[in-house]
Amino acid sequence: MTQMNMVQAINDALRLEMARDDRVVVLGEDVGKVGGVFRVTAGLHDEFGDDRVIDTPLSEGGIIGTAVGMALYGLVPVPEIQFSDFIWPAYDQIVSELAKYRYRSGGEYPCNMVIRTPVGGGIRGGHYHSQHPEASFIHHAGLKVVCPSNPYDAKGLLLASIRDPDPVLFFEPKRVYRAAKGDVPEGDYTVDLTKATVSREGSDVTVIAFGAMLYEALDAAVKAEEQGVDVEVIDLRTLWPLDIDTVIESVKKTGRLVVVHEAPKSCGFGGEIVSLVCEKAFYHLEAAPIRVTGWDTPFPYTLEMEYLPLSHRILPAVIEAAKA
Amino acid sequence: MVSPAENSSATQSPPGDIVHAMRDDGSLSAEHDPGLSTQQVVDLYRHMVRTRIIDERLVTLQRQGRIGFHIGSLGEEAAIIGSSFAMGEQDWIFPCYREFGGALMRGFKLQSFIDNMFGNANDAAKGRQMPDHYTCREARWGSISSPIGTQMTQAVGFAWAAKIQKKSLACLVYFGDGSTSSAEFHNAMNFAGVFKTPSVFFCRNNGWAISVPVERQTASDTFAEKGVAYGVPSVRVDGNDLFAVIAVTRAAVQRARDGGGPTLIEALTYRMGGHSTSDDPNRYRARDELEPWVERDPIERVRRHLQAKGAWSDDQEEALRTEVDGQFREAVANAEKTPPPSLASMFEDVYAEQPWHLKEQCQQLLSGARAPKAH
Repeated sequence: MTQMNMVQAINDALRLEMARDDRVVVLGEDVGKVGGVFRVTAGLHDEFGDDRVIDTPLSEGGIIGTAVGMALYGLVPVPEIQFSDFIWPAYDQIVSELAKYRYRSGGEYPCNMVIRTPVGGGIRGGHYHSQHPEASFIHHAGLKVVCPSNPYDAKGLLLASIRDPDPVLFFEPKRVYRAAKGDVPEGDYTVDLTKATVSREGSDVTVIAFGAMLYEALDAAVKAEEQGVDVEVIDLRTLWPLDIDTVIESVKKTGRLVVVHEAPKSCGFGGEIVSLVCEKAFYHLEAAPIRVTGWDTPFPYTLEMEYLPLSHRILPAVIEAAKA
Repeated sequence: MVSPAENSSATQSPPGDIVHAMRDDGSLSAEHDPGLSTQQVVDLYRHMVRTRIIDERLVTLQRQGRIGFHIGSLGEEAAIIGSSFAMGEQDWIFPCYREFGGALMRGFKLQSFIDNMFGNANDAAKGRQMPDHYTCREARWGSISSPIGTQMTQAVGFAWAAKIQKKSLACLVYFGDGSTSSAEFHNAMNFAGVFKTPSVFFCRNNGWAISVPVERQTASDTFAEKGVAYGVPSVRVDGNDLFAVIAVTRAAVQRARDGGGPTLIEALTYRMGGHSTSDDPNRYRARDELEPWVERDPIERVRRHLQAKGAWSDDQEEALRTEVDGQFREAVANAEKTPPPSLASMFEDVYAEQPWHLKEQCQQLLSGARAPKAH
């Protein structure tokens, strides 16, 4: 075991998989010599060379479109989109091409590929360096969407994603890139892409979170305990396909649900989770489910801490659910 | 719009030069003669005629309401058959959606194509895509998407991957004049130029993008000159001249395989039909615009060439038409008696393994009421 932060753990996963499988290619803006603007790909260019760690022209559509072609050839491209806020020029290639290739070709053309991109706010990045766009990708059939919260999961989930036969969007919560530290095994291991994890067991209220907001949920849980409310916190890890069993099992136990995400509320992923819980466990609910999310506004710069669904907003929602 | 008059001019300065191989009398110029045997020309001619007959029969099937749609290649047979012929067995082609004749020539089975036109249970795309959006990996031919230009960056990535893996191949991508306006054209040309990918960009400049003429796609004099800005060598070719198309495509393929990087080919041709069976070109272009192109019909030109050499007779023509008609009728009969894809197949291939929510939705569909027959 080694102490690592998220950046180091993801870097470790990339290095390990590139050494193991020469089909794995990293490409993107500034991923080469400088090692990425967050240094996630640091050292890979020196180790694997120009053909496998590629600084590309500044065009997200070009990066993803050519990466899809590489995947069709049989490589395993791991393109980086520098900030998820920049992903939209590649949206057509992701949701209408990459996500549909296996289906539209009757299985003749699968695409094994992972798009890595930092997500989320709280880093003084303003609208164009802070968004958390999972819902826009979950809605389109054919993609898997992953968002780890800690170094152990980040490494294991990335290795699993690269080896997964389907295209994966790998969202990296940049607010905790360096803040989240933990023990990470050396060498190879994977974390199951179909399983959420219970980060804290409790019996009164279920809080569902992922990425950087997991820590806000855990903080709210500690404070709720001081008020006599026993909170269970689920870290989804893989957002889609959702581990519905873990969610339903918890809600059946607690009867109360709070869903947390940074993205705007309306048509956000929380709405889908609440709907699924209502369909599958409605008569186990003791209180109306509550969503604690970003507001339905563009992501603000100066007031970003008021935008984010931090602990101080999760706590009253948990108390409200518990008391209902 | 490129007029035949401009098309026949060979005296313009670059990049306006247009490569021709066939003279009006059917003889070949020494400079661009691809050196085909008479038998090869006969075979190519047969593929061109076969493409046209199938095109015409598919339009009829659509008019009869037996298939939903067809997007044809009337008038563009030399551009399509010639360029596909120039690609070697190890090479790959990323199609637009108007090049089925090339796929058939590369081994895509007529029955499989017709099964796709009907979207039946034998369709390799499992009835998930509309007609002409077939898939045939075994012909080293990409899967087809409707949005314009998306195949271009993918084709560049494919060629780039081959280069990274040190495999010698060329990857040709088809697109129309309209696609040159897309961001994909820019991305594809730029990445191909920067990374010197073994790519052949084959632009079928057929004058029209549905109802919009080329003057509304670009203020450039030619599409070929766009290559200059990307550092991609380009060439204009008479797209209705089978021999010239083969010559310039072969040169581009050779350059790609030799590590010389990409080439942009602008093939000047004309969409003699509508954009698709859903389109009526008489609403936006003059009928007399077609006439000069009929005189330069790419199939007629090859026939004149063969007949001048005594290598093609009216009897052979008749026999060919009868043969293709028979094959087509048989394929349609088979396709029409093949059932639609199973209901459960709708939920397959979304992912490699079916997740819980698709299993659940599949069960909901199977246990629910059936939809009324819409068409």
